This record gives sequence, structure tokens and C-alpha cells, in this order.
Amino acid sequence: MNDPRIVIIGNGISGITAARHIRKHSDAQITVIGKESEHFFSRTALMYVYMGHMRYQDIKPYEDHFWEKNRIGLKQGTVQRIDTEQKKVELTDGATLPYDSLIIATGSASNTFGWPGQDLPGVQGLYSLQDLEAMEENTKGIRRAVIVGGGLIGVEMSEMLRTRNIAVTFLVREDTFWGSILPKQEADMIVRHMQEHGVELKFNTELKEIVAGDDGRVAAVRTKGGEEMACGFVGLAVGVHPNIAWLKGSPVIMADKGVLVNEHLETSASDVYAIGDCVEFHKNPDPQRKNIEQVWYTGRLMGETVARTITGERTAYDPGIWFNSAKFFDIEYQTYGWVRNERQEGEAEHYWEHPNGRSAVHLVWNAGDRVLHGVNSFGFRLRQEVFDRWLHEKATVDHVVKHLHEAAFDPELYKRMAPAIRASFNTTNKVTA
Amino acid sequence: MSHSDHSLSIAAPHSGTLDGPQKAALTLAALGVLALLISLPMNTVPHAGLWLVGALLAIAIGVVGYAWRSYAHHPAGIKNNGVWHTGLTSRGAVAWQVGVMLTSFYIVLYFFPQYLGLAGEGHANTGIIALFDPLSRLLGGNPASQWFVYGTLYTVAILSMGTKFILKYRHNKYEVVRTISVMFFQLGFAFLIPEILARLSLPYNDFKNMWPLNYSFFDSWNVQGLLSTGGFGLFMLLFGVAMIFLISPILTYFYGKRWYCSWVCGCGGLAETAGDPFRQLSDKSVKAWKLERWMIHSVLVFAVVMTAALIYSYLGGDSAKGFWLTRGMLLGIIAIVLGSVGVVLLVRPVMVKELNNTVRFIALGILLVIIGLTAYAYIIGSSDIFFVQSYSLRKAYGFAIGAIFSGVVGVGFYPLLGSRVWCRFGCPMAAVLGMQQRFFSRFRITTNGGQCISCGNCSTYCEMGIDVRSYAQRGENIVRSSCVGCGICAAVCPRGVLKLENGKPSSRFSSDPIAIGKTGATLR
Repeated sequence: MNDPRIVIIGNGISGITAARHIRKHSDAQITVIGKESEHFFSRTALMYVYMGHMRYQDIKPYEDHFWEKNRIGLKQGTVQRIDTEQKKVELTDGATLPYDSLIIATGSASNTFGWPGQDLPGVQGLYSLQDLEAMEENTKGIRRAVIVGGGLIGVEMSEMLRTRNIAVTFLVREDTFWGSILPKQEADMIVRHMQEHGVELKFNTELKEIVAGDDGRVAAVRTKGGEEMACGFVGLAVGVHPNIAWLKGSPVIMADKGVLVNEHLETSASDVYAIGDCVEFHKNPDPQRKNIEQVWYTGRLMGETVARTITGERTAYDPGIWFNSAKFFDIEYQTYGWVRNERQEGEAEHYWEHPNGRSAVHLVWNAGDRVLHGVNSFGFRLRQEVFDRWLHEKATVDHVVKHLHEAAFDPELYKRMAPAIRASFNTTNKVTA
Repeated sequence: MSHSDHSLSIAAPHSGTLDGPQKAALTLAALGVLALLISLPMNTVPHAGLWLVGALLAIAIGVVGYAWRSYAHHPAGIKNNGVWHTGLTSRGAVAWQVGVMLTSFYIVLYFFPQYLGLAGEGHANTGIIALFDPLSRLLGGNPASQWFVYGTLYTVAILSMGTKFILKYRHNKYEVVRTISVMFFQLGFAFLIPEILARLSLPYNDFKNMWPLNYSFFDSWNVQGLLSTGGFGLFMLLFGVAMIFLISPILTYFYGKRWYCSWVCGCGGLAETAGDPFRQLSDKSVKAWKLERWMIHSVLVFAVVMTAALIYSYLGGDSAKGFWLTRGMLLGIIAIVLGSVGVVLLVRPVMVKELNNTVRFIALGILLVIIGLTAYAYIIGSSDIFFVQSYSLRKAYGFAIGAIFSGVVGVGFYPLLGSRVWCRFGCPMAAVLGMQQRFFSRFRITTNGGQCISCGNCSTYCEMGIDVRSYAQRGENIVRSSCVGCGICAAVCPRGVLKLENGKPSSRFSSDPIAIGKTGATLR
């Protein structure tokens, strides 16, 4: 019996995780098709290449010999269409790859909103390796940049530009930074930190158009408020959407905003699965989550899940306790469970911030039974294992605060955060035992 | 995508050009170096004391001033901007020039000290060594030697670059305290105390410098020197032996080899301070790791064989030379020490269970050969264990390992191969501590569940060339013999994934990767 042929479209974290785990559990023939690069690289590390912390080869998590050794075939190319009848993938270079199982893992593409001038030289998003190369070119010799956005990519681009002493103005449509996710207190702290790094933030400011100079390159932006700002570079960081435009030629695979899947990550076509950023669940198995999840970790989880299914152990996607992390210039951020930007009905909260404005902890719990809903942590590393357990066990906020030191993950010799947090919690939350 | 546009500027922590104060500080440091060099051709150095103090101060103030300007008024945090865009820190043309300069310096220092002005018997020093005479007389009471010059410059480098490192990592208390520690041990234990001992007519001794790193510890001149100075000398000898067999194993059990390699050791001290700008140059490939294991353990075998042969030779057959130790007793000690390592390899208790058979049998073979040859020499009454004169073994070791490897290559190649080439590929002390750390220690680097984003900062900035990411992204703890516990991987991690910890040895390999959901996947 021949080993099954598995084709994976997309060599990002989701597709590669699937490939590695399929190899762990089987001898299937695996081919991964990648468009951006020959080898897998860590997309979240692109910024460090621009900043000079690492080279491109340093952000490749596996040495180049890894793939051959693990019999994972790599094919650099672009998919033209998927023939679900004949079960084969056709590439733009004319090659066809037959499959027994197909995994779609094509990630995201940057949003644009039809702004005049959005295609001018010097205007770009930051998602792909090609974007990084473009940014290197587009920012040569410039002095001022404008970032449009208000989320993670925007702050990353600001940090990158600041390392080259480029002045950054950050246009945010809302009245605070990353307001759809962060509570006001945290957002304010991050804003102050960004300002400390020389980023000028303009809230309630929407982009109207991007204006070209005599050389045909970007020269300025105009806001809806009528303000004009000269700049040599515009970074568009207004979110991403599932990268599925290429799928139009394969109508058997149903898609809306993303490739539609059930909880087993199965698409409407048989033996075709989809994972990662490009996926839209009919209904996310975790009702707290959105149907499109564009996070590194969920990409990995979906990759592991689909690998199990394909190697014979049909497994539903069950993402467990929500967690995420990021870094805003020098301030690290971790979150476990749910801390929404605004308190939900019946929720109580406690926010503690260090006087230096670089550490903060935000606890949210159910006011009735005091069970913890989640924690946001800034400049204070927390042990995932411990918070994962507490949230699974439905620990109360009082238990969590009392045992907070057990979850501390800061380096040795650091000043302990837990006592100050505990003291501030206890003064505002008189507990009746 | 490669950045071939290496700039020719001296390492700037922020890419772009240097500002006025930075240039002024670097100029001051350069003038200090120049002031030292000018003395080279001089027969007598006028106002040597003032001249020397001025030059050293200029270097120190220049380096610290440059660091102050570079780091102090930027928000505290990771300062690796432009590392790979700057020639000096990314193997550009400047890096090669500095590498050649450092290498040449070591060659002159080890093999041609007369060009530095070292006097022959009965003559006065000239040149740069004469420049250091007043300081040497002040501290130890004797004229300077090339080693005094080297030791002073070494100490100035650790103190000034250590201060730079502290400014760079001022947000990280582990790094600050660790750096103060290496600065303290260099200034006190490696530099001042030995000079003070000399002034008191006691044998020169760096208490923290252990065999086998200190390969001359068991040389007959050292042992006899220590024994001839009575009680204190005997104490130093016993302390040295206790360091090897008692103090070091205990500390390594509790804290890992970092207590020595990145908190105390002089080689480590230089690597962590002056070598810090070059840590990213270490090779992370699996190939390099394989080479490392062969090389470092070969050097250890060489050191053991050389030392055993040397002691055996000078002991003589009886106690005629004044030693209570005899060849028979030495044979016993070798048999017991190496034999017990052999027994561990044979019995394979839990802690070394995962050692593969090839490694076990090679190691066992080597141990048996050493014990066997010693016994054979004892039986036939030869004064040499390994069919070569022990003195030539010692000489070969001193040349190849002591001078070329640890000095010329170890430091000279900082800008090309990174700051820990010696520690990683050559140091027999690191090999001993490493075996213990790997199999019998509470130390590990813990991975924080599934938070790793595979970015590669940890691996890139590991001076020992450990591919930290390969463990972190699978949710595995890092238990590696080569890890010196510098803590930089944990510092540069943008997602709070790594933590240096001591805990129960049985739990060190894996905190379970986070199981996601009730039936779902486990993040690995």
C-alpha cells in the first residue's frame, strides 16, 4: 500500500506545524507549497530583521537540512486552482500535485480600504517577507513616516522605524490605542510608553487620502479632519483578512470571509481541510472566540489538530484556555483567559500599575462567585502552566491573588511584583472569607 | 536577503551615525590606547606612573562615557538595534581588522614578550612593560612582567566593558548582579590578591582558578612552591583540591555551572563584558554542536592524561623528594576517581539513562586505557605513564591549549567566531562542569508553556551556540551541558518564554507542554 499523499498549501506556522505532526505520526508523503519563501520562517520575527537584531537566516526555526531529513517536500510556487474532482492541485508554473488529503493554510493578507493613493510607491503594509524587503527600500533616506492603524502591526512598524531615527506619526481612528482589545488603563500606559519612544499618536484621526509628490512617491497624507502631514513613508496597519482570493477558481470549496470549516477543520470538499488565519469557522467550538482567529498560537493548535485527524485519529479543534502575548517596544504583554476591553455584565476587576508605568496587572472575575475570568499582565511574566490550571479549575480571584507568586516567571533576582499587587488588591477588595 | 552594506563604524548600539559626545568618548579611549602603544619603542618611559594611570583612565572613561551616551537616556530595554547592520558586530571589514589585531597581540604576548620590552635576566624592562613597572612595584613589589601588563589590561577591559554591559542591561537585575560579580572576582581574586600575596612573599595564587582550567596547578614547581611556604601554602593547595572535588560539585549541583562560568571565571568574565558585542556570532548549527562535543571532551582527556603523567613523573618511586604521596597512591587515586566515573557509566543510574551506548563505551574505553597505562608504568617501574615524556606532554598542552586555543583563538577570534569559542570548544573545566550540569544538577532553563513564537532571538544571542529556540518552540526545558547560564536568552525573549531556574533534578526535563482543551492538541 502506498503512503497517502498529503499536500499542504502554505508554509507558515499552521502549515508547517501540520506537516511536522503528520510526519511524527505517519509515513505519509508530505509536500508543502510556499509562495513567499523556500523555507519556513517566523513571521512574527520579521521586525527584528529590519531592526538589525537578526538576519533572515536567523528567523528560520529549522536548519535547511531539516526538511529533507524529515522527508517533508518543499515546493516554492503559487497555486492556480484546486481540482477537487481529480484531487489535484494545479500550480501557475504548470505543475500539478495529486493529493489524498489537502490542507489549506494560506494565512492572511493586509487590509486596505480603497484610499486614494494607497498603491503609491512608499505606501505598504507589513505581512510578508516581500513587504519586509519593500520596507527596507521604501524607508531608505526618509525622515518622516505615518502609520495608519491602531493595533499590533502598527506598533511594530513604529518600533522598526524608530530604530532608524525616522519620526513616526501614528494615526488611530479610535480614541485610544488597540481599543478593541485593551482596557483603557493598559492602552493609556502603552500610549505613554510609545510617546516615551518618540512616537506621535493622533487619536480620532482617519486617513482620507495619500498624496504623491513630483517624483511619484508618497509625499503626504490628508486626514478626514483636513490635516495634511508630509511624510516619505506610509505604513498601512489596519488589520488583515483571510488570504483566499486565489481560491475563487475552486468554487467547490466554500468560503465567505475565510475558508469555511466545521469543528474538525473540514471544508465543504471531501479530504480538504483548512487551518490557521485563512479559516472561518461556521461556529467556533469555543463560543467566546470569533469565527476567524488570526493568532500564531491558534495556527499551531489547528495544525496539530488536523495532523491528528489526517493520521487517523479524528480530532475536533478544542483551543482550551485563551492566551496570547505581544511586546510593545520594551513592555511585554501576556494574557490568559478573557479580559475584554470593557467589563461585561456581572464582572468585577482590579487594576494595578507600577509607579514606573512599565508594569501592570489587570484581573477580571465574576462578581458573584469570584471565579477568575482572566488576567492581563504587562512587564511581569506569568507562568502559563499555572494560569492555565487556575482557569481550568475555576479558581477564585482571591486564590489567584494569594498564590500569585507561584505564577511569577520573571528572571531570578528581579524585584517581586506579587506582594505589591496583593497589597493593592487587598486594600480595595475586602474579602469576607 | 542579505545586508552586505556593512558599515565601517565602530559598534553603535543604535544604527546610524555617532553623535558628538559618542565620538568624543571613543576618541578619548583611542587616545588612551595610543598612549600605551607610544611607549613600545622607548628604552625608559618618563613619568611612567602618571602616564600609565592617564592612559588607563582615558580608556576606561572613554568606554564608559560612550556607553553612557549610548544607553543611559534611552528607555531601558533590549539594545540590539543595528547589531547585524554594523561591521564590527557582523563580521564586516572592521571585525576582521580587530580580529587580526587581537590575534597579533596574543602572539606577541605569548611568544615574543621581548618586543613588549620584557627584560632579560638582570636587566631593566623597557617599552610598555616598563610603563607598567610602577604599578607592579606598588602592588606586588616587583617589576612588571608581560603577564602583569596583560592582567592589568584584562582587568581594565572587564571593569569598563562590564560597566557598559550594566548600562545596557540596567533593567535586568540578574544581568546587573552577575556582571558586578565577574568584575569583583576579576579585580579582587585574579588581579589584586595574587599581587598582595607576592608582596607578602607568598606564592602567586588565583584562588578561583581551578584545575583543569588552571592546568599548571599540579606542576611540580607550583606544588613545591606552595608546600615550601608552610601552613598558608598548604592551605592554598588543599583549597585548590577542595575546589575541584568538593566546592565546585556542590555549587554546580545547586546552581548549574553558571556559578563559575558566568559569575566567577575570568575567561567567562571577559566574554560576558568585552565579548558581549560578539555573542551573536556563535555557530548554532547541529554540525557545530557535534564538533563541540568532540573537541571539548578531547581537551579534557588531554588535560587529565597530561596532569596524571606529570604528577606521576615527579613523584618518584619513594618519598625521597619529600612528598608523602607515592606513585602507588597516585595510581590508587586515579583508579578510584576514574573508576567511579566508569562505574556510573556501566551501571547507568537514572540520571544518565539517556546517554547513548557509543558515548558510554568510548568514555569507558578511555578511562580504562588511562588506568591501565598508569598501572603498567607502575609495574614496570617506568617514570612515564604514556610512553612519552610527561614534560613534553605538559609542554604540548601549554602551547596548543593554554596559549593558542584559550588565548590566541579564544579571544583573538571574538569578532569572528563569537565570545565563547574557548569556553565552548576547548575549556576542560567547562567540560567537567558541563557533564555534571547535564546529569546531576538542579539547574535548567524552563520554557513557558506554548508562548514561544519561534522568533529566534534566544538562539541568535546565545554565546554558546545553543539552539535555544529548538527547545522553546516544542515546550521543552533546556538542559544542556554547555549552557553557562548568562541569562541573555531569557532577557531577549520578547514573549516571556524562558526562565533560568533551580529545582528538583527529576523535574528538570519537561514541564508538560500545555495541553490545549480537554481532548485537543498539546502545544509542542
